[in-house]
Amino acid sequence: MSERITGAQALVKGLEAEGVDVLFGYPGGVVLPIYDALYHTESVRHILVRHEQGAVHAADGYARVTGRPGVALVTSGPGATNTVTGIANAYMDSIPLVVFTGQVATSVIGTDAFQESDITGITMPITKHNYLVKDAADVPEVIKEAFHIAATGRPGPVLVDMPVDVSRGEVDFVWPASVHLPGYRPTYRGHAKQIKQAANLIAKARKPLLYVGGGVIASGASKEIKELAELMQLPVTCTLMGKGAFPEDHHLSIGTPGMHGAKYTNYSITETDLLIGVGVRFDDRVTGKLASFASKAKVIHVDIDPAEIGKNKPVDVPIVGDAKHIVAAIVAELRKSGAQPRTEGWMRVIDDWRTRFPLHYHTSTESVMPQHVVERIDALTAGRETVICTEVGQNQMWAMQYHKALKPRRWVSSGGLGTMGFGFPAAIGAQAGRPGALVIDIAGDGSFQMVSQELATAKIHDLPVKVVILNNGFLGMVRQWQELFYGKRYSQSVLPQDCPDFVKLAEAYGCLGVRAETPGDVDQALEAAFAFDGPAVVDCRVEAEECVFPMVAPGGSIDEMLGGIPGGPVSEMLDDGLLEEVWE
Amino acid sequence: MQHTLSVLVENKPGVLTRVTSLFARRGFNIDSLAVGVTEDPTLSRITMVVSAADTPLEQITKQLHKLVNVLKIQDLDPAEMVDRELVLFKVNAPPDRRHEVIEVANVFRTKIIDVGKNSLTIEATGTAEKLAAMEDLLRAYGIKELARTGRIALARGSREC
Repeated sequence: MSERITGAQALVKGLEAEGVDVLFGYPGGVVLPIYDALYHTESVRHILVRHEQGAVHAADGYARVTGRPGVALVTSGPGATNTVTGIANAYMDSIPLVVFTGQVATSVIGTDAFQESDITGITMPITKHNYLVKDAADVPEVIKEAFHIAATGRPGPVLVDMPVDVSRGEVDFVWPASVHLPGYRPTYRGHAKQIKQAANLIAKARKPLLYVGGGVIASGASKEIKELAELMQLPVTCTLMGKGAFPEDHHLSIGTPGMHGAKYTNYSITETDLLIGVGVRFDDRVTGKLASFASKAKVIHVDIDPAEIGKNKPVDVPIVGDAKHIVAAIVAELRKSGAQPRTEGWMRVIDDWRTRFPLHYHTSTESVMPQHVVERIDALTAGRETVICTEVGQNQMWAMQYHKALKPRRWVSSGGLGTMGFGFPAAIGAQAGRPGALVIDIAGDGSFQMVSQELATAKIHDLPVKVVILNNGFLGMVRQWQELFYGKRYSQSVLPQDCPDFVKLAEAYGCLGVRAETPGDVDQALEAAFAFDGPAVVDCRVEAEECVFPMVAPGGSIDEMLGGIPGGPVSEMLDDGLLEEVWE
Repeated sequence: MQHTLSVLVENKPGVLTRVTSLFARRGFNIDSLAVGVTEDPTLSRITMVVSAADTPLEQITKQLHKLVNVLKIQDLDPAEMVDRELVLFKVNAPPDRRHEVIEVANVFRTKIIDVGKNSLTIEATGTAEKLAAMEDLLRAYGIKELARTGRIALARGSREC
């Protein structure tokens, strides 16, 4: 049975068929037919943002916490180009999005018409796939394909460009039963022989290490990772993107690796004899100097994207497929062979490093330390359903270091693109996706000012997100690099701490604004914000020139770190004979 | 090293752009390119010649595979493929030397397709080596204009099961 409807109505019906419950958008000329069709629908909640970039970041945040594709709708030209950063962000982090853009009528495409931009051309390198719909009759099929491509395989953003005459045109609406994409067949099941080989290596390794990334979150493989880790007593490091894939309060959790990882984490990676990478891509912020990254180790790499395997680091056992299935198969193989954990000594070595080189900052009775704020957020939200979002820069790194993520899909942070201004709109989307959760954006004063207009969105749509600004009056990470590598010449990185007045800014939007100026204020300010029935901004006036340590200098080996408790490289950190004792 | 990639794609608008822009984005130069519809009108074959070391080529091939419209990629083994290019040479051929040029064309088993007062246009097909040899010879007479297609290639029939 089909019915004759417009392309715009078909789009809305397609959203309904895909089970879309929230749409983030901003209207404009050529999407008016779509907005008119939305006017009559009750099933899709439309959240009106204040800038199109906010719509895409919100859709991204929604996708990260729900696992379902986030959806955004914007107009042509500037509306479409304003989505570019958000799309690039989702592409780098493999987040499923479907972004609908309006387009000028097909008859004038290519004539530099008003508000025309070649958005499919512009987004070709930053989308998993994109479509320019030329005929209303194609709308159902394109929507079905767009959602399928976004959400399957290695997830990613898909853009659908809808010319206004296509939205106005008519279609006999039939929802396709399946998609026909002969060139798109992701591999899910891993190669049996490779799985066996991986299990053999794991059973034999003395110093194995599980290196877990965003692919484990995307695949929903946390349970399987935990089984594998516990069965073989494997230490686990979760990347920034993988944070929450393995509970960080578990004794096998050894923190986040890389440029601002803890020393014990990076030492462990440098010393491991078997690196088991699952859903990771050996990103430069993790590996530092590639030649010395896990250079003593054999490497198993599980990833759904064959192009990631061997891209940066040569791999001994490549396994292409879905992490959940493959890790389960490795566990089954290990159980079948009766493999026993052999890592007691290795864990003693790591625990020794953990005791000697913990994350560390100087406490103060006068200044609010940013790390302290993150720790207090964790303490005050213990036991509550919480989602932590971050902006980008020092705030993000402190959140990564000091927040302990216990469950998947509760950590929302821009990994690959490093997008300032991502966290707040993403928090709005996360709140829409998890209405019952306490959603907190750990922000910097720089990042938040890129998107503070979205306070209106949060307020008007009853999305009670809490923005905790670690306000140091600087673009903190830029300042830190200038301090360390540019002779303290703070070129254009100073933002006055009191401009704007974030409390008044929050109040101007009808939100709660509170300030913490001394360590004694922090708990009260956070509690007030968390208890408030609506969006709130906490302006924490933190120690201005605090650095994120430890730190791997760009291009350096990850066991050679600046700051923190003195120590390293790892070859010099094994001097108490513990390793020898353990292996003999 | 030079590789001949034979890429089977869906015959849809924009697919060539997706393929070539991927090469550009990853810093590859395409030495030659030929595109045309296959025996199945819904599919096109893109034949590309690229110079690349094996590891970067493997990476770009994998990236190419990720394009939704790409069905199949073959890195053709030079020993196991047949390949041809087509070149049109417009050669200086005043009446007194016309004969010599025709002779060269005949030796290479190529065709004269246009005759002007002072020029001949030759249609030549063959491997890149043969055409280079011919070009070399014709240069002595003065090549006024030249147009060439990209290389097209197929795996040899003996490779089929």
